[in-house]
Amino acid sequence: MLLKIFDFSTITAAFHLWLSGKMSSVLVMLIEMTIAGMCALGLFVFLGLVLVYMERKVSAVMQIRIGPNRVGPWGTIQAVADTVKLLLKEGLTPDGADKFLFNFAPILVIIVSMLILAPIGFGKGLVIWDLNIGVLYISAVSSIGVIGILMAGWASNNKYSLIGAMRSGAQIVSYELSVGLSLISVVILTGSLQMSDIVNSQANGWWIFKGHIPIIISFIIFVIASTAETNRAPFDMAEAESELTGGFHTEYAGMKFAMFFLAEYINIFIVCAIGATLFLGGWMPFHIGGLTAFNDIMDYIPSPFWFFGKTFFLIFVIMWFRWTFPRLRVDQLLTLEWKYLLPISMVNTLLVTLMAIMGWYF
Amino acid sequence: MELENATEEQDDLIINVGPQHPSTHGVLHIKLKVNGETITDVEPHLGYIHRSIEKMCESHTYRQFIYTTSRMDYLSAHINNQACALAVEKGLQVEVPARAKAIRILMAELTRLASHQLWWGCTGLDLGAVTPFFHAFREREMINDIMEKTCGARLTMNYAVPGGVMADLHPDFVKDVKAFLAEFKGKFHEYDELLTGNIIFEERVKGIGYISKEDAISFGCTGPVARASGVSCDIRKLHPYDGYENLQFEEIIRTEGDCYGRYLARMDEMKQSMYIIEQLIDNIPDGDYQAKTKALIKLPKGEFYQRVETARGEFGVYIVSEGATTPYRIKFRSPGFSNLSALKHMVVGGKIADLVAVMAMLDLVIPDIDR
Amino acid sequence: MNNEELKSAILAIQPAATFDESGEFLNVHISSELLLPLMLELRNNKDFYFDYLFCETCIDWKDHLMMVYHLTSKSLKHTLVVKGKISNRDNAEIESVAGIWKTAEFMEREVYELFGVKFLNHPDLRKLILDDYWTGYPLRKDYSDPVNLIEY
Repeated sequence: MLLKIFDFSTITAAFHLWLSGKMSSVLVMLIEMTIAGMCALGLFVFLGLVLVYMERKVSAVMQIRIGPNRVGPWGTIQAVADTVKLLLKEGLTPDGADKFLFNFAPILVIIVSMLILAPIGFGKGLVIWDLNIGVLYISAVSSIGVIGILMAGWASNNKYSLIGAMRSGAQIVSYELSVGLSLISVVILTGSLQMSDIVNSQANGWWIFKGHIPIIISFIIFVIASTAETNRAPFDMAEAESELTGGFHTEYAGMKFAMFFLAEYINIFIVCAIGATLFLGGWMPFHIGGLTAFNDIMDYIPSPFWFFGKTFFLIFVIMWFRWTFPRLRVDQLLTLEWKYLLPISMVNTLLVTLMAIMGWYF
Repeated sequence: MELENATEEQDDLIINVGPQHPSTHGVLHIKLKVNGETITDVEPHLGYIHRSIEKMCESHTYRQFIYTTSRMDYLSAHINNQACALAVEKGLQVEVPARAKAIRILMAELTRLASHQLWWGCTGLDLGAVTPFFHAFREREMINDIMEKTCGARLTMNYAVPGGVMADLHPDFVKDVKAFLAEFKGKFHEYDELLTGNIIFEERVKGIGYISKEDAISFGCTGPVARASGVSCDIRKLHPYDGYENLQFEEIIRTEGDCYGRYLARMDEMKQSMYIIEQLIDNIPDGDYQAKTKALIKLPKGEFYQRVETARGEFGVYIVSEGATTPYRIKFRSPGFSNLSALKHMVVGGKIADLVAVMAMLDLVIPDIDR
Repeated sequence: MNNEELKSAILAIQPAATFDESGEFLNVHISSELLLPLMLELRNNKDFYFDYLFCETCIDWKDHLMMVYHLTSKSLKHTLVVKGKISNRDNAEIESVAGIWKTAEFMEREVYELFGVKFLNHPDLRKLILDDYWTGYPLRKDYSDPVNLIEY
């Protein structure tokens, strides 16, 4: 069944073999790391541009407008123009700000986003580092991002930034619990933390269909909690409460602000990618267990298409939320997590365990 | 957006909200004292758009001063003009023809609808939902176009004059209004779907900014703000003018007293306005559109007070005349002024985010308050 | 209560009041010193129960100032206009009614800055609309501002 899906590891293995024939293994490793790094950076930049453009067009369609349509065909080069503008802006450091932390905070946030790209499988065999504790790695590294936000708020030497940063921090830390528990429910059913194992286990159907009700609950909680994790509306009180200031990134201008902005969009991509991998099958085409002919037809569509299609669908849903709902107040936000989502997640995890033990899933 | 921080008295932080706001309320500067997240004191600072209209009107003739009133509460501009025209007519004891009265009511109800549509869009915007703004303005553009064809202006109509209206209706008026009504009725359910039933929205406004009936009367609140607390204060019902006594419509009184009640009161008022327009649009009487009055009007010596119901509440024009061609003193009783004085009572003890919700539901227009 | 009953009831409380029925509402003229007891009675007495002050302003009659209060009762549905005459223009003072009707707080601040009438026992008497450094009382008839005001 899986033989029909084109395996990119054949290409990478062949390349590795050819390179090892030419030079020593250390050099080979260095070259491969550089290539992987460049690809990741390229993906980063490309995604940033695409997501900014997508957000503006999606919001325009929902508001019966046109959106950017002047710069380039259908406004596609708009994001490039915005980047150039941000680059040319004066990067002001406020008086009395902690210079090292002030400059390091956006870099830390970008580093965290890039690190999480590592275990995600973009296609069959297209993984940077398929480590055996993939899900745990993602959960752990994304927690470091909170430090970047708190650093930014503290180093700005602005009381209002600090309040905004602490609110943001509290929000992210709370919702990490729900995200973690919903990820665990899929891990329980799969029996492995490795991302490629999770994807392979969905060869006879995606977990959202195989795991029926408890996994659907997990998925819904995952989508809500990750919208809150990335500070997107309707949970963006910390930055918009003040359409006043910008929360923790008030004092940032120019390229440093661009880094926060970019990191936010990459975070959205990453959480949607994780959701797509764990619940919707990642690069696995839409299979129905037992219908081999149907599955073979589905396999002809290359795996990166499946992956990006699912991820962008989830990104669209998250953008849809932003332009539809009003904002939650800060205390209502935290009430939602601690009084509603967390107990439901915990009960759901028990249900999933019961389901796994009894084998009540497809 | 300017922002200053200072600490005073232990834990109270002073935050300046305004004068430039992201929302279209106008230039209002509010000094907030917060203790953590809870508001302890609210102090509005007015005067950023004070144009001394009352003093100016003392040197304008009775035909000229009406134009300044459009600039006060610019969202109910026609209703303000109507009030001034009625006050002058009261002094002159002139009989306004039936056609002029019907036209004035039609324009007033269209203005009320337009004002409530803008209010609804901006409420969504203040609370974080950006899209309702576009829905509201899509319909409001239709009303603006109708106004432009007949009155010549989209916002500051200057259409009502002492004696009637300035010009007759445009030939397309009846057709356009009927088309607008049909379209708006079809789209009204979208308004409810987007905000009214939304649980996030309800959590933001239910129970927020409560004011009791006695306090509402004592603070002088009028309009939907007071009607949501159970006070019966619709001037169109209590002291009818211009033919409202012959029309059938309900006064919307609710008992919740909080922001959600005010929201629902305004939504129901929109439906009542549509109902009034439907009653009149096919029955506009024929005849003159303006009664004959002198070019230079001289009101007899005395005092004349006229009250009307604008979209915000009770608007009063108090003219003191000494028999000259210009008034001796004019006082405009603006609804926003009294509604704003109740802000502190409604908001103290709540969170900072509640301030935004309360101000959105009070529907303040600052030029109306500052005059 | 109709106008006759109002007149007799008010005369019973305050014999010094005079009446003027030439306009739309019943006007009660009284001097500024005797104002507050009458206002308290108008608000609290259940026969009057004037709970709604819908307009409070001042008129400058060149030799005296006249405070005008438009009152109405929501339950009993009668309307009254009380006019308090302030004879001393240079040192205009009158008791504040902000303790009786809360709407008077803002209205009296506005009259204070535009006419110069000092309200005794007002909870927070300072300028509302004009800038803090403004001198003079703009709405008085003898206000002159050679820079901004054109006199003809």
